[in-house]
Amino acid sequence: MKKEFRVIADLLPRNIRVLDVGCGDGSLMSHLIKEKNIEVRGLEIVEENVKKCIYKGLSVIEGNAETELHQFPTKSFDFVILSQTLQAFYNPEKVLKDLLRIGKSVIISIPNFGYWKVRTSLLIFGKMPVTKTLPNSWYNTPNLHMCTIKDFFDFCIEKKININKVVGVNEETTSEIKKSNLEIKNLFSKVGIFLLK
Amino acid sequence: MSEKIKKLNVSKPLVLDCKKTVKDFPLAYETYGSLNKNKDNAILIFHALTGDQFVSGTNPITKKDGWWVTAVGPGKAIDTNKYFVICANVIGGCMGSWGPKEIDKNTNEAYGLNFPVITIKDIVKSQETLLDHLGINKLLCAAGGSMGGMQLLQFCATFPNKTFSAVPIACSTNHSAQNIALNELARQAIMADPVWDNGKYLKKNIQPKNGLAVARMVGHISYLSEKGMQEKFGRKLQEKADYKFSFDADFQVESYLRHQGFAFVERFDANSILYITRAMDYFDLSRQFEGGLVEAFKNQKTKFLIISFSSDWLYTTKENKDTVIALNAAGADVSFAEIKTDKGHDSFLVNEPEFLKTLKGFIDSMHIKFKNEKK
Repeated sequence: MKKEFRVIADLLPRNIRVLDVGCGDGSLMSHLIKEKNIEVRGLEIVEENVKKCIYKGLSVIEGNAETELHQFPTKSFDFVILSQTLQAFYNPEKVLKDLLRIGKSVIISIPNFGYWKVRTSLLIFGKMPVTKTLPNSWYNTPNLHMCTIKDFFDFCIEKKININKVVGVNEETTSEIKKSNLEIKNLFSKVGIFLLK
Repeated sequence: MSEKIKKLNVSKPLVLDCKKTVKDFPLAYETYGSLNKNKDNAILIFHALTGDQFVSGTNPITKKDGWWVTAVGPGKAIDTNKYFVICANVIGGCMGSWGPKEIDKNTNEAYGLNFPVITIKDIVKSQETLLDHLGINKLLCAAGGSMGGMQLLQFCATFPNKTFSAVPIACSTNHSAQNIALNELARQAIMADPVWDNGKYLKKNIQPKNGLAVARMVGHISYLSEKGMQEKFGRKLQEKADYKFSFDADFQVESYLRHQGFAFVERFDANSILYITRAMDYFDLSRQFEGGLVEAFKNQKTKFLIISFSSDWLYTTKENKDTVIALNAAGADVSFAEIKTDKGHDSFLVNEPEFLKTLKGFIDSMHIKFKNEKK
């Protein structure tokens, strides 16, 4: 399982209700059920992934988070998870607002555009970065609103969204990100995981 | 005919929505496969408007394939080697259950229009008695498409947690204006046939064939998609090189509709179409509960999988999604998948591999969960 999923799982208490937005083939959902006895539902846009979830006996709704989050009642889940897709929405601010409405807490992970490899790609080679976490070229990337960990940090403060915890993930380690180490972590984390309330 | 049809005499009084009470009426049903010792493999299927209890194998009355052989049978998505499949003929129908062509004991004549107007809820309540009769406390799954799906949603609302899982396919929680209009077209076609004679045709041992055939043609158009129909028939002519400059069935699509229409009159009763379409039109789950659909589905432990078809214009993906939204609002456990296909509303009845795979995957995974729960 992805290291990022392990960090997300560690942030969650046992026996709660979770909505996994963009749940993919359900690997995180399966893990949460098995390890934490979590009641988990998924929302997924890719038909093939929806079927994979169904075959595994996971509860999944085929749909587009951009337009279909309204179907989930307010505060109907303890946690809502959105893994590395916020940047792909036309209107990430609206999606985030909906996630915060549905969940008592929200966990969002973002691929960090401030990661040093991304920065050097643009700075040294003058080309749009293509990395493991950002595998697409400029012309076919689904990512419309790339941001850095620092950007998202500032965004939350500006929108008065309560940041409970931030974890930076890179190849070897995971570490907590605080205001004091934000500059350095923004340079060395591939992915930032935000726990919001 | 009768020895080929299993019948349960429903002795418990049933109060119909129209306030009439009935008892001691026949409910025709069929089963496939066998119930296992733990009773964790029973699947109840609800049939659609023109279906009957003969889901799989050969229908002993019509000698044709059962209406859902694509999905139900040995080795099929709903594998009768593994599961015990049950299906009852709806009341109001004409395959042995209490319906307008049955004899009214009070008059010794066929009911005709003296048959009470029934609802989907009445249909479902009568079928629930079958589970007691078969000794089944809780079903592994219940499934149904179209009107079968509407019965299933009603079943879950009226008898919560009688089934571990449910697959409502291509259906909705209420009948739309368009669907009521199409049903009205079918009814008017029957009633405009002079043979119909206010439903009294059975006394003369005849059927209003022309009207009933037109009613069926309306149905068949609505079961296909525009694209599917264009691809299947296009403007192809029926066994001729040129127009005949007449009103014969020049086009293949005309020939198809006529064939479907007139084959149907051999096996179906015109009054049954009136009664069953009425039951569909009256269906509105939110109307039955003061708190609307959220109230209808509250405290559901049943695991739902709603399936829609992208080219279905009779019960659109949007309508199916509305059911998902209602179930979500009630906090129910619901999955949803849209099958991308050109085969229209009929998709659940024909060989649509993606649909059948999804159905099988869901039921098999539910069986594992249900067995674990029963341990």
